[in-house]
Amino acid sequence: MTTDATAPSAQTSSEPPTLVRFLQADGSFAPSPAAEPYLELVEGLADADLEQFYRDMAVIRAFDVQATNLQRQGQLALWPPSYGQEAAQVGSARAARAQDHLFPSYREHVVTRIRGVDPIDIIRLMRGLTHGGWNPFDPKNGNTHIYTLVLGAQTLHATGFGMGLTLDGRCGTGDPERDEAVIVYYGDGASSQGDVHEAMVFANSYRTPEVFFLQNNQWAISVPVSTQSRSPLYKRGEGYGMPSIPIDGNDVLASWAVTRTALDEARAGQGPRAIEAMTYRLGAHTTSDDPTKYRTSDEEESWRRRDPIARMRAYLLARGASEAFFADVEAESQALADDTRTRTNALGGLEADSMFAHVYSEAHPLIDEQRRWLADYEVSFAGGAS
Amino acid sequence: MPFSRAINAGLRAAMAASDRVLLMGEDIGKLGGVFRVTEGLVAEFGDRRVLDTPLAESGIVGTAIGLAMAGFRPVVEIQFDGFVFPAFDQITAQLAKITNRHEGAVQMPVVIRIPYGGHIGAVEHHQESPEAYFTHTAGLRVVSPSTPNDGYWMIQDAIASADPVIFLEPKSKYWQKGEVDTSARALPLHASRVVRRGTDVTLVGHGAMVTTLLQAASIAESEGTSCEVVDLRSLSPVDYGPILDSVRRTGRMVYAQEAPGFTSLGSEVAATVMEKAFYALEAPVLRVSGFDTPFPAAKLEGAYLPDADRVLEAVDRALAY
Repeated sequence: MTTDATAPSAQTSSEPPTLVRFLQADGSFAPSPAAEPYLELVEGLADADLEQFYRDMAVIRAFDVQATNLQRQGQLALWPPSYGQEAAQVGSARAARAQDHLFPSYREHVVTRIRGVDPIDIIRLMRGLTHGGWNPFDPKNGNTHIYTLVLGAQTLHATGFGMGLTLDGRCGTGDPERDEAVIVYYGDGASSQGDVHEAMVFANSYRTPEVFFLQNNQWAISVPVSTQSRSPLYKRGEGYGMPSIPIDGNDVLASWAVTRTALDEARAGQGPRAIEAMTYRLGAHTTSDDPTKYRTSDEEESWRRRDPIARMRAYLLARGASEAFFADVEAESQALADDTRTRTNALGGLEADSMFAHVYSEAHPLIDEQRRWLADYEVSFAGGAS
Repeated sequence: MPFSRAINAGLRAAMAASDRVLLMGEDIGKLGGVFRVTEGLVAEFGDRRVLDTPLAESGIVGTAIGLAMAGFRPVVEIQFDGFVFPAFDQITAQLAKITNRHEGAVQMPVVIRIPYGGHIGAVEHHQESPEAYFTHTAGLRVVSPSTPNDGYWMIQDAIASADPVIFLEPKSKYWQKGEVDTSARALPLHASRVVRRGTDVTLVGHGAMVTTLLQAASIAESEGTSCEVVDLRSLSPVDYGPILDSVRRTGRMVYAQEAPGFTSLGSEVAATVMEKAFYALEAPVLRVSGFDTPFPAAKLEGAYLPDADRVLEAVDRALAY
């Protein structure tokens, strides 16, 4: 690990004094003052936990790169890379308990994987085979809801779900094994959406067991976060009446510890919490944009030096992680990437008839009529050669 | 029983039948809603079943979606028709599509109640007819009761539906009284109904306009023309059976609505009737509508809203073919 003398100072120049961070950019363990309350929690992590965090991050990056390549080769309609945001996502997802409900936006690839969603289900969505991809209520998907492409809309769904948990007494009973909470993901661009603000109003009015997890990746496609807000985004949560904590989003330990605590508090009936994870998307917003048109290579480079995976790798090495462990992670990463390519290429098409399915839950005469018409129309070509 | 009390009674029956039914909206608790449709329900069922929400329409609908995901059956009140637009994304892009996006794994039994339409002399944004926005959106069901009996039953049927239902309440009818048969429903939620028999011209409409059509039919009768009147009741899906049966007998049809005519419900029904009953028609299907302007200031609503005279003018035109 080469330590760039300028990187840590770049990292600390404009960040809030309350920023929670355990790992410096060079991987050294140096808790910030704001991290002190969480120190005991982090020190309680076993080597296996730490290695799992690293594995989660590294493996999903391989998947993410493969999916980006598949889009470039015309196999996917679109890909929103998660490259660079792995620590914020892994820490928060690993902090959730099995009974919690997670509402992602559309970039939380590793969040869904950690909860059990098959990554090929995200591929299906981005390939144009579905508008969803998985059933949030199927136990194998770990209460993970589907992606929402309209920015911020899911923050209201999560808040309503949290209201339901409260009304049903499914939180605040004092039994942490049973109490449930909700975590909702959104970005710095979405933070300007009215729905996010309304979600925060409702969440605080009804004291939902909810964590608003904002990944501030600095750019809303081509628009910098300074256009979204002139004040730090975490301060907005305070304005709505909930504790709001800024964290180094490229430090998986900070993400895990703060989210763990916030979810525990929410689950216990103390109301909603907000977390702003300061991170950076090193890739494009999606494969449709070109970051070189709107940001400098110097900026990208300065964030590359704060890469969450390299940081964790240095930390693990210093703790004595084995070469065999890293080799195993590398093998798993390669296997997932290869598997993703193979399975993507094997995905079939769709029957036209399927567009009529699930428009309504109950029978609908217009849908039935059009479904019959299309079937008859297609049949009319069957014997057409005569 | 007045129309507003009938809906109130229907809500009470649905809430008593299932504790998963809850009401949400602005001022619906102690105030009972600005039209008092929810009056008394918070006292009866408590503030965990009748939620006075923050003043945020998108928030109300968006959280109702989340509550439905958590197994509730929320009934949302939008205070006035013109205030539904801040919730438009949550209704059309979310609520309508959630079941489809989940490939059927998640149902959306959410009812959005909207007092709509003119005739009360209100100020801007307080009397509009936004039904076409919702009937144009796949995934939504749209209904509009026009009588107290329908108000009582249709609200219960809407709540029982596994699909989202836009429930349009003609606000000028809230004080109209009528018989309510609480022992049995007359029709399913999505059925249209012949409310007056006639032989010369079929008049079709929905909501408050049904009253106007009945007035027009009564005047026409005194002038020797027999009009049949059909209350659409369900705006999406439309039940064409009674309409087509009627048109095949009368050969003429007029659709009347308060909403602007361009790309409206009347346009859709007229086009379908012409496709399906073309050879029975003696005249083109005519539409009587609000004009293609914003709903005007209240002092002009008399000139904007179709009345019996405008319906009769169309009847005369239809008969002239």
